[in-house]
Amino acid sequence: MTPQIFFDAIMLGFEYSLLAMGVYITFRVLDLADLTVDGSFGFGMACSGVLTMAGQPYLGLIAGIAAGAAAGCVTGLLITKAKINPLLAGIVTMTGLYSVNIYVMGAPNVSLLNAVRCYDPLYQALGGDAGLLSVDGVKMAFIIAIVALAVAINAAFLHTETGLAMRAAGDNEEMSRASSINTNAMKVAGLALGNALTGLTGAILAQYQGFADLGSGTGMVIVGLASVIIGEVFGGWRSVTWGLCCAVAGSVVYRLIIQLALALNLLDANALKLVSAIIVAAFMAVPAVRQTFKDRKLRRDARSAMERLLAEDAAALAGATGEED
Amino acid sequence: MPETTPSAGRPLLEVRGLRKTFNPEGSLAHVALDGVDLAMRAGEYACIVGSNGAGKTTLFNAIAGSVIPDAGLIRIGGENVTFLPDYKRARKVSRVFQDPLKGTAPNLTVAENVSLAYGRSKRGSALKMAMRKEKRAFIAEALATLGFGLEDRMDVKVGSLSGGQRQAVTLLMATIGHPYLLLLDEHTAALDPHATERVLELTDRVATSPDIATLMITHDLEDALTHGTRTIVMHEGRIVADVSGEERAHMQVGDLLELFRTTAGTTLADDKVLLKA
Repeated sequence: MTPQIFFDAIMLGFEYSLLAMGVYITFRVLDLADLTVDGSFGFGMACSGVLTMAGQPYLGLIAGIAAGAAAGCVTGLLITKAKINPLLAGIVTMTGLYSVNIYVMGAPNVSLLNAVRCYDPLYQALGGDAGLLSVDGVKMAFIIAIVALAVAINAAFLHTETGLAMRAAGDNEEMSRASSINTNAMKVAGLALGNALTGLTGAILAQYQGFADLGSGTGMVIVGLASVIIGEVFGGWRSVTWGLCCAVAGSVVYRLIIQLALALNLLDANALKLVSAIIVAAFMAVPAVRQTFKDRKLRRDARSAMERLLAEDAAALAGATGEED
Repeated sequence: MPETTPSAGRPLLEVRGLRKTFNPEGSLAHVALDGVDLAMRAGEYACIVGSNGAGKTTLFNAIAGSVIPDAGLIRIGGENVTFLPDYKRARKVSRVFQDPLKGTAPNLTVAENVSLAYGRSKRGSALKMAMRKEKRAFIAEALATLGFGLEDRMDVKVGSLSGGQRQAVTLLMATIGHPYLLLLDEHTAALDPHATERVLELTDRVATSPDIATLMITHDLEDALTHGTRTIVMHEGRIVADVSGEERAHMQVGDLLELFRTTAGTTLADDKVLLKA
């Protein structure tokens, strides 16, 4: 176990925290379980990969955002206009995107190791190899800056009139319509926003890891959910700003947990998805388990109170029969 | 004829020949509205009573836009809204439901809920912050008028309030945007007697405003005669009686039951009807 491993895990946590924020917006703010995520992640990655190869890393990030937003819009329209069940709508978009991603990339994977990536100009500006920060340091600084910016923008947006309307649409749809909120438009917009963040995650990841791969999107829903849930288990439910911050923290904690499990040789890399699933299930069960323990304690207290009464009865009975004798 | 804003002579609500049949094809066909005509002027406050399935709630649904009628015309504030989607006419019509959970968003704070109703009544502020200082002050002032002490609990999530408090917030939200029409669908039926009294008192206060028309569905016949300016009786999708003024002032619950029997040709059959001793 070297510090480098944990540094890498934390960096990975920040990279995926954008995805966690996206899932927070669809899952918690809009109250929709959105499965588009797997597809929009790959879509963002594919767009970013192709554009980075063409020497446009920043355009790649922007295209990742746009690609994710477009995917979210498609799912949103399937839900609101075609009245398809949200889970199914997400699966439909995700499935379709798999082919789209093949067309965009033109190959199952592209290597970006020789291309200029989004953090390279900053690295050169800071002095390059002779500079203060290593490549990893610059990558870390770059991703933290983007995540901080994303938290600030999303938190601010959710406190605007439109953001408030979006939260209301997810919280009480009927009341929102009665408050002249177009809840369908809010759902489409929210899904676009959530998937834009997911697309950006894919776009950044392609450049950070140095390749774009068609299979990378698989299981992203679980990664996002895990982060949101871990964040909530530790942070609780408060404001939306707090929720976004907890999602970021949850993403970092999730990566650390996995890294720890790998480092302790608890599992080999092939078991990664299985471990992810178990972690998600375990953390999602936490509120129910807490409640069960609380209920048991209440039951125990009630039982001992009842037994005291029974003891009184028995004592009274014993006293009465004693007198008769 | 051009659509205009309401002038003095024109009613705020105009319903003509409204019809609605559910499941028209099958054996379950149910005529919910069978030609309803109704006009409400500014300042009017009418209570609606009727048997189960009389069409009271369908009438509200049609006026509010959650049900599109088979035939008929609905004008609100002089504008033809017959086919306007519900969220587009929400600025003109406010509605309060029986279930206190329906009218407010539980995970948003009291101030945010009120802000939604207030902010959305003004256009062109989509990306402004929702909680500006002057707006907060305005909301606090509005909450204070309710007399429920909610101005001190502005940042509490609405989900933690009692049913009565939630209905009070809902009533404030319903009227803060100055709609033409206020629809109250048994909005006190789920409350305890004390909360019912307080919410009805508040209702009377907001409904007597001179530039709003109010329709209230109730199952309490006593309330139907003592609150508001008009009592409307519905039966099988039609308005069978409509009393106001002198006639209503002298009416007792017994008279209302008798009126129902003679006009509807049957007795008032409603498992929820309340006859106060």
